[in-house]
Amino acid sequence: MIVADRKKIPEIRDMIKDHKKVLLVGCGTCVTVCLAGGEREAGIIGSALRMSLKLADRGTVAVDECTIERQCEDAFIDVLAQRANEYDAIVSLACGAGVQALAERFPGKAVYPGLNTQFIGILESQGVWTEKCAACGSCRLGQYFGICPIARCAKRQLNGPCGGSRNGKCEVSENTDCAWQLMYDRAKAMDKVQTLEAIAYAQDWSTSNDGGARKVVREDQCIAGMGPKA
Amino acid sequence: MKKNMSRKPVILAFCCHYCAYAAADMAGSMRLSYPSNVRVLRFPCTGKIEENHILAAFEKGVDGVLVAGCLEGGCHFLEGNLRARKRVERVKQVLREIGVEPERLEMFNLSSAEGPRFAEIVKEMNNRITPLGPSPLRKDDAVLEAGIAQMDMEAQLAIQGGTK
Repeated sequence: MIVADRKKIPEIRDMIKDHKKVLLVGCGTCVTVCLAGGEREAGIIGSALRMSLKLADRGTVAVDECTIERQCEDAFIDVLAQRANEYDAIVSLACGAGVQALAERFPGKAVYPGLNTQFIGILESQGVWTEKCAACGSCRLGQYFGICPIARCAKRQLNGPCGGSRNGKCEVSENTDCAWQLMYDRAKAMDKVQTLEAIAYAQDWSTSNDGGARKVVREDQCIAGMGPKA
Repeated sequence: MKKNMSRKPVILAFCCHYCAYAAADMAGSMRLSYPSNVRVLRFPCTGKIEENHILAAFEKGVDGVLVAGCLEGGCHFLEGNLRARKRVERVKQVLREIGVEPERLEMFNLSSAEGPRFAEIVKEMNNRITPLGPSPLRKDDAVLEAGIAQMDMEAQLAIQGGTK
């Protein structure tokens, strides 16, 4: 899932302080699970924002909150369409995709992010999320025993480990596991350590995100005349 | 000080039904004296208290909030009081961010047999909050009273839901 965390309240307040009526919109999917932008968090952020605005002599800015099932898909934004007309700005508590989906749906309205989107990751332990995938577009997890060197190795080393692996931890931080140690442990458990000795070919970065927004197109699923937008 | 605003700080005590609320009751039975400006709200467990309940209290203009749960290890629901302590810490962080003194909020632990301790806690919070002056979000007394009444009703609904 996509993992995000809340922006500081003063940062959000400064974005909306010149508006009159602001709708804070939570999202019921990833950011609910990572406790950053669901219904509960929308209530907390809304309350904190109202207090913060009042203390900054902007108490006339009205802040209401609501949460929709999913912000990153237009069909789910339908429920907001009518209500959004009553507000002159929206703060989205979704990931960057959700914020942009709302901005596309409401062209004349200011849309601001309430969260900082962090990464694609999983829950490591209660309250701790870790990055697992860099969405590079060319997955090689099969070759690396299910441990991604691109997302999880500080040097993105495809032929590792480097000399900075110490007792299973990365030299960058004692809280960061060495991806290559994890790989080695899994390979050893499968009695396939020798496969790690093969030289890995270079990553195909043409699929990564350095050429503008990427698209996935399924021609068979496209409706005639409604193909991908340019 | 604005008009229609009492000089005493208004403190809300979010009390667990199984300990602090009973302790408050005992303090009354023992005829112990403690500041009259504390208002007790009863919850089925401090674990039932969400961050936005506490923030709502500050938003409605109270000057201080104390959350009183069972002794650690003694929660009727095992770890509700431990969760409450973490939530209190998180709300303090939010208060700090928005410029409200985090000292206006505190978590305490006590057992149902500690009536005198309840009186002490209330005095301690009152002594801490009085020098801070009214909350910068303080509203006039009538609005504040209406807000507290609404919170009390919500807490009662939580009790009914929690003891079915």
